[in-house]
Amino acid sequence: MSDLCDLTLHEALSALRCGDITSVALTQAVLERILAVDNDIRAYLTLTPEAALEQAEAADAARAASQDAPLLGIPIALKDNISTQGIETTAGSKILAGYVPPYDAAIVRKLKAAGAIILGKTNLDEFAMGSSTENSAFFPTRNPWDVTRVPGGSSGGSAAAVAAGEALAAVGTDTGGSVRQPAALCGVVGVRPTYGRCSRYGLVAFASSLDQPGPLTRDVTDAALLLHVMAGRDPQDGTTWPAPVPDYVAALSLDVKGLRIGVPHEYFAAGLQPAVERSVREALQVFVALGAELVDVHLPHTDYALSTYYLVAPAEASANLARYDGVRYGYRADGSFETIGDLYARTRGAGFGPEVQRRIMLGTYCLSAGYYDAYYLKAQKVRTLIKGDFDAAFADVDLIAGPTSPGTAFRLGERTADPLQMYLADIFTLSQALAGIPAISVPCGFDADGLPIGLQLAAPALHEARMFQAAFAYEQATGWWMRRPEI
Amino acid sequence: MITTPTTLTRDDVAHIAALAHLDVGEAELTLYQEQLSAILDYAARLQTLDTDAIPPTASVLPLRTVLREDEPSSTLPTEDALANAPAARDNCFVVPPVR
Repeated sequence: MSDLCDLTLHEALSALRCGDITSVALTQAVLERILAVDNDIRAYLTLTPEAALEQAEAADAARAASQDAPLLGIPIALKDNISTQGIETTAGSKILAGYVPPYDAAIVRKLKAAGAIILGKTNLDEFAMGSSTENSAFFPTRNPWDVTRVPGGSSGGSAAAVAAGEALAAVGTDTGGSVRQPAALCGVVGVRPTYGRCSRYGLVAFASSLDQPGPLTRDVTDAALLLHVMAGRDPQDGTTWPAPVPDYVAALSLDVKGLRIGVPHEYFAAGLQPAVERSVREALQVFVALGAELVDVHLPHTDYALSTYYLVAPAEASANLARYDGVRYGYRADGSFETIGDLYARTRGAGFGPEVQRRIMLGTYCLSAGYYDAYYLKAQKVRTLIKGDFDAAFADVDLIAGPTSPGTAFRLGERTADPLQMYLADIFTLSQALAGIPAISVPCGFDADGLPIGLQLAAPALHEARMFQAAFAYEQATGWWMRRPEI
Repeated sequence: MITTPTTLTRDDVAHIAALAHLDVGEAELTLYQEQLSAILDYAARLQTLDTDAIPPTASVLPLRTVLREDEPSSTLPTEDALANAPAARDNCFVVPPVR
């Protein structure tokens, strides 16, 4: 096995720029790693090795002609709910098996224009609905730190690929924690940007008021680099912020003196594993040693985030997934049909997996006549209260810190029978998504079984730079990110 | 305050499945009945909050009615739009005949 696939993205860029390595050698090293380990990890749904090597050759040729770009020659992986022109995009669902998008998602266009090389598409919970990647219609992905455990989800394939050296970096999507929670469980960095910071054009829609793509990387610098490429206004997504994208990498520094970090006691409630609490509290003391100040803050509606999310997100999903009708693309049930409704119902009944059906029905119920006010409208009102909690807290502090996930990676099959138990894995990542604010998960230690733990830092809307800076200072002071799984 | 049913009947679930155009089997109906009831039971805690004076969050963004220049641009060629269809003919999607 080569060491090249264990480089960080920015280390690889420096080596490419000095001429120490070529993109072809780098891409080959990553493809060899995939060949060696992916039978055990199963991070990828689709691999495009020939196209990747062609792109690598083109990148080397461009570099030989003195060209450069922010990600020129860097092999990355994309979650399989991100549309890629000419490459099958399934969203982890049988209903989209064989679907080949005729266009690239806006973020894919940006990544390609920046010189990134696409290695393939990574596994996910079907339509990004899940917290373990076990809801993939194809197969579960395994955690590189312990293959009997889940990688988290729904971007579990992306997180596992980065942790196992099967990509230098990856892109996931975060609707209620689907980038941050698998990042924590796989010991990598994961970012949910401010809602509207990145274009959603070309993402397979789950919950449109919550969906955001975000980077999964080995370190904070890589995440800053990748988000800088992905972010920005898109005329094809009217919910993107017009604000200019700052240079996140240039803003990284070790100085956090005087930074006020809010610590909500609501994030250290019952259900938090003792090892997670210990690591997160130690991480907070690292910030104190670096000159930051810890401030008690209150987020009194934290306890309502799970209920709010699991009414709002399924409601939006039930509307978004109405498009899968077996007519224009995707799976269609066989046989003859009495009515057009039969065609829809039999196609959707056979094409969607159980968790997706559950959420469509939950959402349909919340939006149905007689129940709209009690469920959907109520949840949208509580969402206002949750957002208000953050607005009030950020009047006094710069960042809010806590655990990313209440526990470390659980065993495959452990929670599949009880959806509510599975939903609780997202308990600390839902409220930021509902409020539309950015948050990062950064490795902050390991439990007694050697499983990684994540620290979450959240910032006010559009303050990703502040979040990156604090995460960078912490990472450089501790070095947890340097530990790699033995695979 | 609105009182909400916390348990769904089997008929409720069958009705929801029909509204959602989902063909759900008998055994699954029972399973979904239990699971959806448990989730709605959990979510009932929202009813303890007084939200009469609270506006709903339709969007977390301060943006409203975003407009762009009305410039002509290329559209997806018909053959690309039809390429993923289960069946297509003569520039149209083909669906099975229904009675």
